[in-house]
Amino acid sequence: MFHIYCPYCEEHREEEEFHPKGQAHIQRPADPEACSDEAWGDYLFFRDNPRGVHHELWVHAVGCRKFFNITRHTVSYEILETYKMGEAPTVTAKSVSEKDKQAGVQAATGGWQTVGARPESEALNDASNQGARV
Amino acid sequence: MSDVKEFDTRPAGSPSAESPLAWSFHRRGTPPREAGAGVTLREKAFLGHMVLRGGAIVLDEAVREVLGITLPARPNTLALDDSGERSIQWLSPDEWLVIVPGGEEFALEGRLREVLGQAHYSIVNVSGGQTVLTLRGEKARETLMKSTPYDVHPQAFPVGKGVTTVFAKATVILRRPTEDTWELVLRRSFADYCYRWLLDAAAEYGVTVER
Repeated sequence: MFHIYCPYCEEHREEEEFHPKGQAHIQRPADPEACSDEAWGDYLFFRDNPRGVHHELWVHAVGCRKFFNITRHTVSYEILETYKMGEAPTVTAKSVSEKDKQAGVQAATGGWQTVGARPESEALNDASNQGARV
Repeated sequence: MSDVKEFDTRPAGSPSAESPLAWSFHRRGTPPREAGAGVTLREKAFLGHMVLRGGAIVLDEAVREVLGITLPARPNTLALDDSGERSIQWLSPDEWLVIVPGGEEFALEGRLREVLGQAHYSIVNVSGGQTVLTLRGEKARETLMKSTPYDVHPQAFPVGKGVTTVFAKATVILRRPTEDTWELVLRRSFADYCYRWLLDAAAEYGVTVER
């Protein structure tokens, strides 16, 4: 169990009080009559499944019953930020990768969990990629 | 004056009414009185409950004029009048719970509607849907600690705070109007379950039910 900060109650609450509601910031096509089937299908059915930073919609179901957004890291499950509806996230995949670059952290690529890894582990990953490790 | 049709949920005369806990008292009775019981339960039945929704500024003016209480604008706060019988609690950024002595709510609703006029707001009388249970005694906090994940330490939960949270898998509004009193606002359908839960949880400290 962990605590989530509700931006409306302005305090941390037990995870039990919240429900996830899927990807946030999904925009409905402005003119559904005129948009292509593909665009409409994307809007209705297709969701991102990123490895890393993900913006999600959550609801404080037992509590203020307001919807809000959580920016979550799908590898570490770390909650990077919570913010109210209608607000723009300050932590994004771009801002995180830039911060990692500045700190000399290897970017998460090739299916390796390297977020937060030290640069010297790069060689280890390379060796494994060539079949050195089964 | 708005053109909303109002309806007094308390009929004239005195038809018999039963509190949400009537069945629990009837079926299970109350535990035998114990000297030095750590927890004392008491139901405050038939109070007037109303949910107010709308903008804080508009509602604040109306509530101050009609009830004489300032609308609690900060999250998770509770405001009481001098007698302690009327209260307003913050539920969400645009929602407040007003609890007044039973019988006052219909007149209050009318006066609020008069003052609010054509403003954008909603008042719903939810008196029939919930009841208030008070917990007193030196072990009241211990009993709550077993029942809710919310931090009820005096530092985290000072007098004048009220939250909606999980209580024994049910939803309750938990509030602390005075130093030694905790109030649980229970939904009618959960009242029996929560009452029985409390009896069980408080059994080790000794529990008394006042009626």
